[in-house]
Amino acid sequence: MIAETGLAALWLAAGLAALQIILMLLALRTPVDVGRTIRAVAVVQGALTLIAFAMLLLVFARSDMSVALVFENSNTAKPFIYKVAGAWGNHEGSMLLWVTVLSVAGAFFALLARRASERTLAAALGAQATLALGFYAFLLVASNPFARLFPAPPDGQGLNPLLQDPGLAFHPPTLYLGYVGLSIAFSLAVGALLTNEVDARLARAMRPWVLGAWILLTLGITAGSYWAYYELGWGGYWFWDPVENASLMPWLAATALLHSVNVLAARGALKAWTMMLAVIAFSMSMVGTFLVRSGILTSVHAFAIDPQRGTFLLALLAIYVGAAFALFAVRGATLKEGAPFELVSRETGLVINNLLLSVILGIVFLGTLYPLFVEALSGEKLSVGAPYFNAVAGPLALLLALLVGIGPLLSWRRERRPVWNRLKVAALLGVTALAITIIIAPEMTILPRLGLTVAAFLACASILPLVGRNPLRTPLATWGMVVAHFGIAVALTGMAMNGAFTSERLAVIKPGDKLSVGPWTVLLKDVTPTAGKNWTALEGDLRASRGGGVKVLKPQTRYFSDPPMETNEAAIDTFWNGQLYTVIGKPDASGGWQLRLWWKPFVTLIWAGGALIAFGGALALLGRVWRRRRPQDWRRERYA
Amino acid sequence: MKPKNQRLVLLVAAVVAVFVAVLLAMWGLRSEASYFYTPADVAAGKAKQGQAMRLGGMVERGSVTRQADGVTIRFAVTDGKASTPIVYRGIVPDLFREGSGAVAEGRLENGVFVADTILAKHDERYMPPELGNLAAEHKAGKTLSK
Repeated sequence: MIAETGLAALWLAAGLAALQIILMLLALRTPVDVGRTIRAVAVVQGALTLIAFAMLLLVFARSDMSVALVFENSNTAKPFIYKVAGAWGNHEGSMLLWVTVLSVAGAFFALLARRASERTLAAALGAQATLALGFYAFLLVASNPFARLFPAPPDGQGLNPLLQDPGLAFHPPTLYLGYVGLSIAFSLAVGALLTNEVDARLARAMRPWVLGAWILLTLGITAGSYWAYYELGWGGYWFWDPVENASLMPWLAATALLHSVNVLAARGALKAWTMMLAVIAFSMSMVGTFLVRSGILTSVHAFAIDPQRGTFLLALLAIYVGAAFALFAVRGATLKEGAPFELVSRETGLVINNLLLSVILGIVFLGTLYPLFVEALSGEKLSVGAPYFNAVAGPLALLLALLVGIGPLLSWRRERRPVWNRLKVAALLGVTALAITIIIAPEMTILPRLGLTVAAFLACASILPLVGRNPLRTPLATWGMVVAHFGIAVALTGMAMNGAFTSERLAVIKPGDKLSVGPWTVLLKDVTPTAGKNWTALEGDLRASRGGGVKVLKPQTRYFSDPPMETNEAAIDTFWNGQLYTVIGKPDASGGWQLRLWWKPFVTLIWAGGALIAFGGALALLGRVWRRRRPQDWRRERYA
Repeated sequence: MKPKNQRLVLLVAAVVAVFVAVLLAMWGLRSEASYFYTPADVAAGKAKQGQAMRLGGMVERGSVTRQADGVTIRFAVTDGKASTPIVYRGIVPDLFREGSGAVAEGRLENGVFVADTILAKHDERYMPPELGNLAAEHKAGKTLSK
């Protein structure tokens, strides 16, 4: 019954989405006021998808093997948390999560949105329902998560052990919230283009949603990067895997949108550009979903599935993106010009930021899809990896980070004072950092060296917008910007340090022998068998020291039986100045063990920086939601 | 700047940005994209010596041997038509085993493929598309019977 309830809720939600579209057409074509009705329908639709998703969680929690999806992806021996998390660790379940987030975001938007006009709001809710309807159709026709098996098998096939990790429980939902949160920006842009109401008011309505989605994307990417780092046992934090790129592309577009929507909100400029970015940002989310969910790419996330689904997703993608761009082409040209600005101004700075982000987005997009194009056209197979992305996008990202230090110092409309005076100290720091790297590490490669230089410059320059202001009276949004920009400097430092100073050792040693890496000497004391709930393992007992006390590390090789698989569990110890990363491999005939050790100075700064960037976003969001209430209410009363 | 001109400048800037992105991407892809070959391609001389590339196939049963240093392994991959020897220094990934699919990144040196990385982050259910057909044939017993 549980599965059937979920399925019924999905069908009802699809019906309500269709109703929402009809209400939107009414709002656009007639003077009928549908405001309240369409909001109510959107809220109920969101509640129904939540019920459907809750039903899916329930069948997974109860290990109901008569549901095909549970049988294929779960197992009664699994720990409870992974039984529940398994609900979205597969194609159908994650698509249901996607749709749930899409429709719940629409419901919250219907409940909370006050800033846009009622007509634009109705049009946006209609656009959101149009998006949802397509994905309901996809679920109900091609990916039913509630399909039954008869007779019910005794036990399930289990979940990929790589995905059996706390990271799995939170990483995809966070990313999905970010991906799909951008749908509100998309729907608002489409709604505003339909009603011809692209203005500062719209930008203020859109901004909190963009910020919220962007914060979650930032957190999701940071967490995913750390997950890959410790779980895959390769010691890398970013692999330019297509699935990683699928999350990076919406983030790049959302970052650009976040900055341009501010220009529209503050100055009424960059109207067409902001609308286009809003469309592109969510399109990138859909491209990402298509890449991951169609199974078209080589990757741990790519589930081998039938091509019917891929075609369905591609058709949805083409229809939505095509329609949005067609609308943009028709209406974009009729938008009124925004407020003018001089060449040296905050606006120009943000335009350059947007252009650079767009170029990087284009490079990542082309690099990710190029293998697909080539194979489709010539049948030749090729892959594009880290060398391409680092060589092409790396220098542009550094240039962008450099300009991040300068842009916020410019004033809106026209900058009269020379900015250089305020940047002297920061520039001096950058040059000092460059000189130090040349002296102590002359053999360093060019990108890490420039990375450290730019990071030193930016760490100082990013704080300058606060200098000379009363910190208590500085708006939270400004604090947020400063923290996020400082976070870029922190993350950049971590990446450059990791790139330049990581030391690695790989050898076979016997219990009782020692191996050194960086400042550390590591003793392999013993290797012992151990077991968990659904795995057995060989565990190395390592004692690491660098002068002072002794640290114990216990890396494992785990063996799972359902499905049969081996995973390396790295043991990592974190210090203020870096991480010691250890992996144990296979035994050899003479009783030795493969041991792989890394000393990674300041590598943790990468994720600390990512967290700071997200925290800065959260501060800005708080400031935007909190600060505006009072002055607006005041204004409303005065002009009422 | 007049608003009309401003819009034109912005439009031109956007077009130039797209153009620059495409040019940079083309330049990068030309030099950095690595081709995927099968052992049959290597046997036919399609792969150039010393060029960065990927080689994929099924790990031949009984071919995996470990060198004296303990961390270098030699093995061969096959696609049923030909077989290429691979040398790799490092800990093999979790899913690497004989009779299973693997993709190696590296370059050909004197007929031996020197791998920098072994990708085997897939099993029967998580198969890269390049190896999809091979795996199906392998299951049907075609690859290793010859």
